Amino acid sequence: MSFGHKHILGIEQLSADDITLILDTAESFKEVSTREIKKVPTLRGKTIINIFFEASTRTRASFEIAGKRLSADTMNISASTSAVVKGETLEDTAKNLEAMHPDIIVMRHGHSGAPHYLAERCGFSVVNAGDGAHEHPSQALLDLMTIREKKGTIEGLVVAIVGDIAHSRVARSNIYALKKMGATVRLAGPGTLLPTEIERMGAEVTTDMNTALDGADVVMMLRIQQERQGKALLPSNREYSRFYGLNPENLKLAKADALVMHPGPMNRGVEISSAVADGAQNVILDQVENGVAVRMALLYLVSGGEQLAEQSA
Amino acid sequence: MKILIKGGRLIDPANSIDDQLDVLIENGCVAAVGTNLDSDNAQVLDATNRLVVPGLIDVHVHLREPGYEYKEDIQSGTRAAVAGGFTSVACMPNTDPVNDNKTVTSYICQKAAEVGLATVFPVGAITKGLKGESLSEMGQLREAGCVAVTDDGRPVDDGEIMRRAMEYARSFDLPVISHAEDLAIVGGGVMNDGFVATELGLKGIPWVAEDAMVARDVMLAEFTGARLHVAHVSTRGAVEIIRAAQKRGVAVTAEVTPHHFTLTEEAVRGYDTNAKMNPPLRSADDVAAIRQGLADGTIGVIATDHAPHHRDEKNVEFNIAMNGIVGLETALPLTLRLVEEGVLSLSEAIARLTCGPAQALNLSRGSLTVGSIADVTVIDPECAWKLEAEELLSKSKNTPFDGWSLKGKATNTLVRGKIVYNSDEV
Repeated sequence: MSFGHKHILGIEQLSADDITLILDTAESFKEVSTREIKKVPTLRGKTIINIFFEASTRTRASFEIAGKRLSADTMNISASTSAVVKGETLEDTAKNLEAMHPDIIVMRHGHSGAPHYLAERCGFSVVNAGDGAHEHPSQALLDLMTIREKKGTIEGLVVAIVGDIAHSRVARSNIYALKKMGATVRLAGPGTLLPTEIERMGAEVTTDMNTALDGADVVMMLRIQQERQGKALLPSNREYSRFYGLNPENLKLAKADALVMHPGPMNRGVEISSAVADGAQNVILDQVENGVAVRMALLYLVSGGEQLAEQSA
Repeated sequence: MKILIKGGRLIDPANSIDDQLDVLIENGCVAAVGTNLDSDNAQVLDATNRLVVPGLIDVHVHLREPGYEYKEDIQSGTRAAVAGGFTSVACMPNTDPVNDNKTVTSYICQKAAEVGLATVFPVGAITKGLKGESLSEMGQLREAGCVAVTDDGRPVDDGEIMRRAMEYARSFDLPVISHAEDLAIVGGGVMNDGFVATELGLKGIPWVAEDAMVARDVMLAEFTGARLHVAHVSTRGAVEIIRAAQKRGVAVTAEVTPHHFTLTEEAVRGYDTNAKMNPPLRSADDVAAIRQGLADGTIGVIATDHAPHHRDEKNVEFNIAMNGIVGLETALPLTLRLVEEGVLSLSEAIARLTCGPAQALNLSRGSLTVGSIADVTVIDPECAWKLEAEELLSKSKNTPFDGWSLKGKATNTLVRGKIVYNSDEV
C-alpha cells in the first residue's frame, strides 16, 4: 500500500493501515542504526529543517539523527536563535523558510495548531514534533512500535495513561493511536488535570490510579509539567506522588509482565519512583531507540516513500 | 424634501403593524403611513416586493476611533453600518483614549455628525480607563451624549465597584451594560471549554465563567434598582438566569450576536482565528438555549459586537490572535435565517433589530410612528448573495462567514429622512 500523506500533523488524520505501514517501515529502518556505517542514501539531496520553538533535547536529536541516517541535509533552528525573539511572526518565519526551498520542516511549537498553520500556507511537508497540548504524533508512534515489539500486537491490550492529561500532547496522540489499533485506553489523573469531556475520545477515565492500573498490560506515565501547573492545579509534589506516582507496590496491580513507559524527561520520585524507572519492566530506553527508527520512517514516507526507492533502484 | 416609499410590506413591530403600506417622509420625520399615499413633489422610492422597516439599531459596535483607526474609524464603520441596514449604532468605549470623559464623547458625536451616515450613540466607560477602580463622570458623559455605560471588553471585576456603578448610573437613568465574565474562572482560556478544546489542545473558557458573573450582575441590579443590559449572552445558564430575573421584575435586558446563534465551537476546528471571539462560540446546547431565549423574548436584542481587527492581528497562531469579528454587514441576513428556520417570525426578527435595542438603551428610535425620526431600512428579503470578505466596507475583513451564501439585503437605508445607502449605487 502507499502512504497518502504529505504532512504528519497528528495521529487523528492517520488510519490504522497508515499506522501499520509506518511501524513496518520503522522496523525495516531500525537495523540501519546498528550498522557500522549508519547511513542509507534514501533522502540524499533532500533538505530537512528542524525548527524548535520550545526546548527539547531528545525529540530534536532523534529527528536530526533520523534525517542524517537517511542522508538528508538537516539543520536545526531553535527558538533562542530564531527571529521570533525579535518579534517575527510565524507567517514571516514560514515565508523565509520557504524561500530556502526545504523539503521537510519538522516543527515543535508551544501553540496548538501552529504546524497546521504552516502546512496550510507553505509548499513543503510539515512534520509535527509537538504542538502545544494538542498532538505529538512521532512520540505515539514510537510508543506503539515499542509495545508491538514487546507484546507482538496492540489489539486487545489494556493501556493505562497516568498523570497530567490536560497538558499532554503525548496523551492525546496516544489515545488516538491506541484506539485505532484496537487497544483499551484508561486515563487516570487528579480532576484538575483531566480535561473536559476527555472520555469522548474513547477512553475510560478515572481519578483513581489503582483502578487504571488494575490488570493493565502497559502503564504509560506522563511527566508532571511543573512549568504549566500554575497556582491551583496541584497542592504539592509530595501529595501528587502519594496518589499518582508509580512505585513497585502499585505496579503490582498491573499484569506481572506489564510494560512501564515514560516519554521523558522523568521527574524521579514524583510521577515515577527510581525503583520502577530503573526496574525490569521499564522499556523507556527502547522507546528512545525506536524513536529514531519511527522518525526515519516518517521522513521517508512524507518524502514520497516507494517512489524514492524506485528512483534510486 | 419629501420621500414617498411606495408599495412595500411595512413591518413596524413597535406599533404591531405588518401590512402593505406607504410611508411619507417630510423634513426628516415620518409624516404619514397609509395606503395609496400620494404626494406631488416627493421623490418616490419603489419598494415593491421589499420590506420597509424602522432603521435597524445595533447597540454593540466597536468603531475603534479614536486610537485604533488602522482597524476601523467612524467613517468606515458607519459606512459598513448603513450598508448593513443599520441607521443607529452604539459604540463601545474601549478606544484610546478611553471614552470615559466628555471630551472623547463630544469628539465621537461631532465626527459622526460630520460623516453624516448612521447616527452614533456613544457608550461611556463605567470606570476611568476601564481599570475597574473608580467611577467615570457618568453625569457629564450623559450630558455629552452617552446613552449607557460599560467597561465592555472587560468585566467590572470588583463587586463593590459594580454595585456603586449601578447605584450611581441610576441617578442619571443610564443603563449599565455588563460584559459578564469572571476572569479568574476564564484563566488562560481561548475557546469554549468542552470536547473540541480538549481535542484541539486549547485552553477552555467554561460556561460558568459567564453564568457566575451574569448572576452577580443580575442580583446587583435587583438590589440597586439599576437598569442592566447584558451584552453578548452565549450560555444556556445566562439565558436561564436572565429569564428568571425578568420574571421577578428585575430591569434586565439582554443581547445575543448573530455568530453566537449561528455557529458553535466546532467552527474553531482547523484553528480558524476568525472563530476566536469573546465570549467564545459555545456548544450546540448553548446555541439552542440562546435561540429559545430569542424566541420567547428573554433576549430582546440582536447586536453584532462588530469587532474589526487588522489582518496581522488574526493571521497568527490561535492562542495569540485577537478576539472578535466584524458583523455590521452580515447581521441582517443571519437574522433572517432564523425566520427561515422557524425560530422567529419575521416581525419578531425585525423587533430584535429595532424596537428591542431601542428599548434596551432608551433610544428615541426603532419605530415608524408618525412624527418620529425617519430612520428607515428597505430590505429585499429574497436577494441571494455570496459574502466575499474582501468586499466588506469595514476596514477590517475578519469574518468566519467568508464565502457563505446569504439571503436578504438592505437596499435603501434612510437616516433622518435622507437616503444614505442605496445598493444600486454601490
